[in-house]
Amino acid sequence: MNPTEYEYLRKFLKDSSGLDLSADKQYLIESRLLPLARKAGLPGIGELVQKLQSGSTALIASVVEAMTTNETFFFRDKVPFDHFRETIMPEVIKARAGKRSLRIWCAAGSTGQEPYSLAMCLKEMGAALTGWRVEIIATDLSQEVLEKAKSGIYSQFEVQRGLPIQMLMKYFKQNGETWQINPELRAMIQHRQLNLLHDFAQLGTFDVIFCRNVLIYFDQDTKINIFNRLARQIEPDGFLVLGAAETVVGLTDTFRPIPEKRGVYRPNDPRAAAAKPAAAGAAMPRAAVMAGR
Amino acid sequence: MKTCLVVDDSSIVRKVARRIVEALGFHVLEAEDGVEALVHCKRAMPEAILLDWNMPVMDGFQFLGTLRRMPGGDEPKVVFCTTETGIDHITRAMGGGANEYIMKPFDKDIVTAKFQEVGLIELSEETAA
Repeated sequence: MNPTEYEYLRKFLKDSSGLDLSADKQYLIESRLLPLARKAGLPGIGELVQKLQSGSTALIASVVEAMTTNETFFFRDKVPFDHFRETIMPEVIKARAGKRSLRIWCAAGSTGQEPYSLAMCLKEMGAALTGWRVEIIATDLSQEVLEKAKSGIYSQFEVQRGLPIQMLMKYFKQNGETWQINPELRAMIQHRQLNLLHDFAQLGTFDVIFCRNVLIYFDQDTKINIFNRLARQIEPDGFLVLGAAETVVGLTDTFRPIPEKRGVYRPNDPRAAAAKPAAAGAAMPRAAVMAGR
Repeated sequence: MKTCLVVDDSSIVRKVARRIVEALGFHVLEAEDGVEALVHCKRAMPEAILLDWNMPVMDGFQFLGTLRRMPGGDEPKVVFCTTETGIDHITRAMGGGANEYIMKPFDKDIVTAKFQEVGLIELSEETAA
């Protein structure tokens, strides 16, 4: 794809959908649009651009669709966050009332919408967590994606997908056409680069692991391997949350689904808590202590 | 079938909005300004109102105030859909009784998300993906 074609697509997407791609998103366009071009019988992005310029309406719609629907949203799929608020957190709060600390891992944190959604959920719980030490570790493969997550800056388009307007008003600051999540929420999250294929034992153990919409990209053996290693990083009474199209069933017995709570799993093999001494608490100095409201 | 009143002075925006809202399963009525919208509401309160801000005759904010004082005017879910994207406008709208707020430009996903947010449509597997 040459720079002229890229600029055309950028402007086209901005105009047609509000999607605001920065100058360095060639890889994103290639990965989303090349399959679409092939499907339409076109050899490459260049030919796709020509088609768009000639005003092919069917193609216009599918290009916009391909570029926008796979984005991460705030509170993506909604239901997992209801489970987090209504099922997972009440149990974790009860179980950790003694030490008043909890650790959450977003294993496919992407551009930050998921960890920030969790941070907002925790904030909304208010007094129940006052004085607690809360750590959210968000990891992703891509450094570029992590930088965006760290900045907490989102386009107008992004903040309207899944984020209720009240949350936007409450937790974001407007700066021209962009919105930035407030420093208090940003401070709750540590962003780290991590490839799930590599060892992640150094992260320590977690009460809750969100690992959504990433395992679908791996083959079966890799999935099993990752599940088995996730099981070692989760507290015996912890929770694992997977994406809507993902499951442990038929792959591993290290986790079991919770009936009626789709996407939520618990570890099957309760190891003696003593075998895992205070985990990573000491190694993670940047835990945010929840302020009272 | 639920009814959605689309209020916007641009016929193009009304057309785009109509297509999106119909795909979500609503019967759609259109109005070009706040006064026309009030005529519709006096006849029968719609379940949903997608509301532009800047319009001739009566703007969206004035319409909202009048609507909320009408008998039964607290029933419709009102979702602003406007190029006014400043936090001051958003705060005013929400304080004035709006249920949600869309900043233009908008698309199907945004309208769907906002309609789900205010309970106008259920979250389905399809829309959740």
